Amino acid sequence: MDPVAFKFLGAGLACIGMGLAAMGVGNIFGNFLSGALRNPSAADGQFARAFIGAALAEGLGIFCLVVALVLLFT
Amino acid sequence: MASPIEQFQIKPIIPVINFTNSSLFMIGAAAVIVGGLLLATRKRAVVPGRAQSVAEVLHDFVANTLVDATGKEGMKFFPLVFSLFMFVLTANLLGMIPGFFTVTSHIIVTFALAMLVIGTVVIYGFMKHGTHFLGLFVPSGVPGWLLPFIVVIELISFLSRPISLSLRLFANMLAGHIALKVFAGFVVALLGAGGALTILAPLPLLMAVALMALEFLVAALQAYVFTVLTCIYLNDALHPGH
Repeated sequence: MDPVAFKFLGAGLACIGMGLAAMGVGNIFGNFLSGALRNPSAADGQFARAFIGAALAEGLGIFCLVVALVLLFT
Repeated sequence: MASPIEQFQIKPIIPVINFTNSSLFMIGAAAVIVGGLLLATRKRAVVPGRAQSVAEVLHDFVANTLVDATGKEGMKFFPLVFSLFMFVLTANLLGMIPGFFTVTSHIIVTFALAMLVIGTVVIYGFMKHGTHFLGLFVPSGVPGWLLPFIVVIELISFLSRPISLSLRLFANMLAGHIALKVFAGFVVALLGAGGALTILAPLPLLMAVALMALEFLVAALQAYVFTVLTCIYLNDALHPGH
């Protein structure tokens, strides 16, 4: 196979990491929601913390996206 | 058909002074913020009108975020944090208007903003706490044999902060706008294909509309996330001890 094909394969493989980051973000918000439904009065105070966790988890998925974009467009 | 990343191209408007479309929209965002806030708070009514309420809500929102993360003494950073929030929010939202340039979809812009934050943290931390600021990298209550590893890990996590802070905003904006363009491209491609495929053309259009709504959410959310993380990093400068 030629190197260009491997480049596209690599970009596709990098996108798997984005799916895993999606699992992480879903995990955070799912747990946040289940906690919030148990104790709605405490939910507002932890809202920012949930978003920080989601942002950190999402950041790692975004690194995968950057790898894929670098492979595709350089 | 235009490539999906063509929208991020920097085009010079006045080449002599390197004035590009990016500069134009940065100035535009600043003008929208300054003009909008001046106009909204012009009357300074005790009972705020509609525009003044928006300005007050924005102010209180950022102030609450800052005080929650850093405590009362963090309010001295309020001008910085409010400017950052408003600039990122306005730049993101201006970019959502079709045909407009998204300033925050360029990593150099977001990296400059992130370095501004981290630079403030480092300089203020050393000014206020001197060498005690380095205590940030030495958590208390860690067994001695583990300490070298923890210090290295803390150092790496501190150094990666400007990268992750800028990459998050940049990649969210970039990916969102590329996805919008790709789905818009599907509509054109299906219409051009002719025959039975033309009937399918409204489907990607619906998807593009839904993505547009999602992108507005992302634009506001990323401005908020940028602000919250800024507040947390500033908290490290104010209270470096663990």
